Amino acid sequence: MDRYSLPLKIFLYLSIAVFFIFILLPFVEMFYASLRPLKHIFRSPYQFYSDDLSFWAYREMWNTVPLLGRYIFNSFFMAITVTFFTLLFVIPAAYSYARFNFPFKQGSLWVLLAVNMFSGAVLLIPLFKLLRYFDLLNTYFAMIVPGIAFCIPTSIWLLKAYFEKIPVELEEAAYCDGASRMDILFRIIAPLSTPGIAVTAIYAFIQAYAQQFLFAITFNSIREYMPIVSGLTEFIGYQSVKWNEMMAASIVGVFPVLIVFIFLQKYIVEGLTAGAIKN
Amino acid sequence: MKKNKLNSYNSQHFLAYILIAPAVIYLLCIVGWPLIETFRLSFTNSSIAGEDYVGFENYEKLLSSSKFSKIAIRTFVWTFFSVLLKLIIGMIGAVLLNASLRGRSFFRILVLPPWVVPIAIGALGWMWVYNGHFGILSGIGIRLGILDGPFSFLAYKNSAFIATMVTDIWVGVPFVTLFFLAGMQAIPRDLYEAAYCDGAGRFSRWYHITLPQLTPVIITMSLISAVSTFVSFDIIYILTEGGPRGATTTLIIDTYKMALGNYKFGKGSARAVMIVIMISTFAIAYFYLLSRINKKVSHG
Repeated sequence: MDRYSLPLKIFLYLSIAVFFIFILLPFVEMFYASLRPLKHIFRSPYQFYSDDLSFWAYREMWNTVPLLGRYIFNSFFMAITVTFFTLLFVIPAAYSYARFNFPFKQGSLWVLLAVNMFSGAVLLIPLFKLLRYFDLLNTYFAMIVPGIAFCIPTSIWLLKAYFEKIPVELEEAAYCDGASRMDILFRIIAPLSTPGIAVTAIYAFIQAYAQQFLFAITFNSIREYMPIVSGLTEFIGYQSVKWNEMMAASIVGVFPVLIVFIFLQKYIVEGLTAGAIKN
Repeated sequence: MKKNKLNSYNSQHFLAYILIAPAVIYLLCIVGWPLIETFRLSFTNSSIAGEDYVGFENYEKLLSSSKFSKIAIRTFVWTFFSVLLKLIIGMIGAVLLNASLRGRSFFRILVLPPWVVPIAIGALGWMWVYNGHFGILSGIGIRLGILDGPFSFLAYKNSAFIATMVTDIWVGVPFVTLFFLAGMQAIPRDLYEAAYCDGAGRFSRWYHITLPQLTPVIITMSLISAVSTFVSFDIIYILTEGGPRGATTTLIIDTYKMALGNYKFGKGSARAVMIVIMISTFAIAYFYLLSRINKKVSHG
């Protein structure tokens, strides 16, 4: 095949640079704002550089919003809980879809996709009434219970694609040797599909972390249970908005997710795209 | 003999249903029932105080109000351009990241943060970018002499509409790029080599091989993007709360404000049902399109 000429190469790199300026712009702005002293942030016109940048906001933010650590903990706690229960529901279901033929199989798979299409926002009214009826408003459950439901459909599709890759012959051999269905699922399938389960878990975690905003502002008004995404509004005070600390807290809040993601991105990308491309 | 054994192994319907039962029951409670309840509530004047059956009153009011049709049209315009640009920018991104250049695998990681980071936090970053006094866009505009003074992008009707759309595009692009890229890598290389031997240039190879081969992925991504864009909530709620003067109020924002801002569950439900109907129309159109394309492919 033809190779890139030098001008074409330069053009490609320039285009990539423009593309990434778009992708990374808000993160760079956020980071930059977090380094500036509050007085400087409001200095107009915009300054691209100044010599009083510091990490001071990263220390001060814990004093401004004393519950900040709690909010970050809440976010993680709820996202991990959602992930755990999602896996509990999804592993047997995905296995069943991958291995058995039964009436309504294809139909119910499409219905699952349809569930995906009604994001939480459409169903908020009855969910609000449901949670109020069970007295779950203003608890962790108010954000966890709906969170699980909206993680299930895509997770089933992801994991099903993984289970299908494991040869049936392995199971049949074990079956002939007298192993029960449950033995097979937990002794053979589960260990072999660890990467697939990991991808599903990461997907559910990211999804759960992102969903929290909507559920938190709608179903929870107790500060102690706030996730970081809604806790950030506390930097908006009566007198002034501590923008630099708010940005610093945002960065600290998403940092762990980014780290997990960067280390595992290869599996996520493969796992997410495998199912869609195959068809 | 062996065949029989395999068949019996594969036909345990009962176990199959037991395994999917927990997930299905959970979804019926948290998604299925609320969906039916939304339909029921849409025929009542339900609020915190109580509820009475009112028939089609909510729908009649909704469909005859010019405000609602304005909001619906605005949502369609917003969704259409947002999805179109997501697909175009995603395609450009995928072509760029597919080029065999040094640093390619690094670029592929770098494209994902907008998708991984919670939308609410990404939107905060954009709020900063759009700020008139200390945002970078306004700053650059003033330096270059395009703007006379600080310009708050979220404070004016047209600029706020475009600004929220740009942020939505930003959230959606990584996902689209990723899927286009994976689709491109699944295209057999010999197709390109054959075309190259026949003297086809880069653009012609993209137009005659990549584009048709990617059609199913493009259609899938346009549906997924359209649905999620149509009910995109966090971005608009954080950046503008539907303002200024309603310029960025989409159907989902209107529904939310009606239902959970004013606690008018009945009226809010009627709006939610309208959204469900519109989304379902998208989906049906999509499956129709997909089945036609599949037919074309299988008939050569």
